[in-house]
Amino acid sequence: MRNKGTLRQILLITDGCSNQGEDPVAMAALAHEQGIAVNVIGVLNENAPEYHRQGLKEVEDIAMAGGGISQVVYTKQLAQTVKMVTQKAMAQTIKGVVNAELQQILGSKSTMEDLPPDKRGEVMEVVDEMGETMNLEVLVLIDASGSMEDKMLTVQESLLDLSISLNSRIGDNEFSIFAFPGKKKEVEELLSWSSKMDSIGKIFSKITLGGITPTGPAIKEGIAAFSRKRSAKRSFLSSDTPGYTNESGM
Amino acid sequence: MIPQDIRTSPVCKLSVGEEIRGKWNHSRYRVRRRLGYGATGAVYLADSDHGVVALKIGHDQMSITSEVNVLKRFSKVQGKVLGPSLIEVDDWLKGKVTYPFYAMEYLKGETLFEFLRNKSTEWAGILLVQLLTDLHTLHQAGWAFGDLKPDNLLVTGPPYRIRWIDVGGTTIMDRSIKEYTEFFDRGYWGKGSRKAEPSYDLFSAGMVMINLAYPSRFTKGNNPDRQLQEKIAASPMLKPYGALLEKAWNGKYRYAEEMRNELVLLLNANVNNQTPQKLNNSVHKPPSRQAQKKKKGSFLVETSLVFMFVFIVYLFYMLGQTM
Ligand SMILES: Nc1ncnc2c1ncn2[C@@H]1O[C@H](COP(=O)(O)OP(=O)(O)O)[C@@H](O)[C@H]1O
Repeated sequence: MRNKGTLRQILLITDGCSNQGEDPVAMAALAHEQGIAVNVIGVLNENAPEYHRQGLKEVEDIAMAGGGISQVVYTKQLAQTVKMVTQKAMAQTIKGVVNAELQQILGSKSTMEDLPPDKRGEVMEVVDEMGETMNLEVLVLIDASGSMEDKMLTVQESLLDLSISLNSRIGDNEFSIFAFPGKKKEVEELLSWSSKMDSIGKIFSKITLGGITPTGPAIKEGIAAFSRKRSAKRSFLSSDTPGYTNESGM
Repeated sequence: MIPQDIRTSPVCKLSVGEEIRGKWNHSRYRVRRRLGYGATGAVYLADSDHGVVALKIGHDQMSITSEVNVLKRFSKVQGKVLGPSLIEVDDWLKGKVTYPFYAMEYLKGETLFEFLRNKSTEWAGILLVQLLTDLHTLHQAGWAFGDLKPDNLLVTGPPYRIRWIDVGGTTIMDRSIKEYTEFFDRGYWGKGSRKAEPSYDLFSAGMVMINLAYPSRFTKGNNPDRQLQEKIAASPMLKPYGALLEKAWNGKYRYAEEMRNELVLLLNANVNNQTPQKLNNSVHKPPSRQAQKKKKGSFLVETSLVFMFVFIVYLFYMLGQTM
């Protein structure tokens, strides 16, 4: 169990409903099937509550289908939320892995909750250690539709702050950033896999905000980016637990 | 999922006199009143077979288990009470939902702000000495506290002693800090990583001091280094500690003990400088101000006693180190 695996997470930051291309919920389910967890942060707009109510439902549905976590916030709380969602998503994925292990050991439908409190502590230590040492790949999908304009600076700061937290871990991190819609395409890569987000300021200045919200195509492009990376590494998926792949095998 | 609000969770809604029973150990706890709540759950004052306890009930298995792990470790740090001692861990079954909880020692005390409201300013320095002493012990045991802030500290006594209550951020050295608060986090101020190491806590300890002078805190400006210097210069309470606070801010202390010893020297020096001056003043005061003088005198006696005490403790501490 202590083998170094890789956690794969998509972090989608959006403020509304998708309106172009594939159904994002279906795409999230597809990602989930391939060991990638899809997490969604919905950024609230105080001015347009009605429009947003629909958007919120979608935020929740995408995360549920993607085996991830969703959270709806106002722009002000974004930095905190980006970290919280990422960390919770990691913990949830790891817990899934540990629970699967437990079932193997205990031979039944046991989860951490079924253990007496005394034993939970030890399991928790394993979860903590995995969260700290596993490699992490985070792919960020940023909604660049017109209504996000006043939120972009905060999104940028939140991601920088997230990288400070993640780079304080023992395990390796890699980040990749996409915006949708892009300048010429539906989805545009802003940062290809990299362990640093320092250069993020320049990247953000390249974003031009567009009118459409192709959330489904963006998730699809995210899956493709993960598989390009995987094939580059010549490893293949082996685990049925979403968001987690054990690279070194058991 | 609309932003989850702990206040609407059943764990926050136990009523006075309500009794809960542990699923595993079957102990009973009767709620007296709610002490507070935070991100991970609510804390109640409760009566039990173990006497009066503080009962923390949460909704997330993992965070409660993490906190329990830390409290267990704390009880193993020999001869030192770090944090409240852990009494019992169990689950509470409410309907079909299981809520994890634990009982711990109830610490009766005041918040830092309440305590300092009617005390002289040196007390802030003395509390910081105590805090650094405990941090040193914790660091030696291989942990960083993480989420150091006034909300997680309590002053018990007399004899007055600073204690920490919320251990949710406590992290094994060299890992990434589990929980923190922006104002006290060096990552937020652009002053370093979020890796658990002594200098991370010492930065926060310095910010606790600054928070005492600026209770409503402040947000990051364009030049945080200059901002800090200005804030220190503008506060008579912080000024004497300026050099020390800047060293902590810049990660110049490698061990809590280093910062603590400097602070003790500083506090001693301040007393030495002030004592004769104040005595002279009172000698030359007209008789009509007798009452005021008396007050000042007893205050001086109190202060010197405190510093003698700190000094003696310090001597013992140094003796202990050399043995
Ligand atoms: N052992 C204790 N003794 C007395 N009061 C406590 C104790 N533990 C917690 N409290 C009170 O309960 C409040 C919330 O507890 P805390 O552990 O900080 O919650 P959280 O970790 O969820 O933020 C604290 O601010 C404090 O006032």
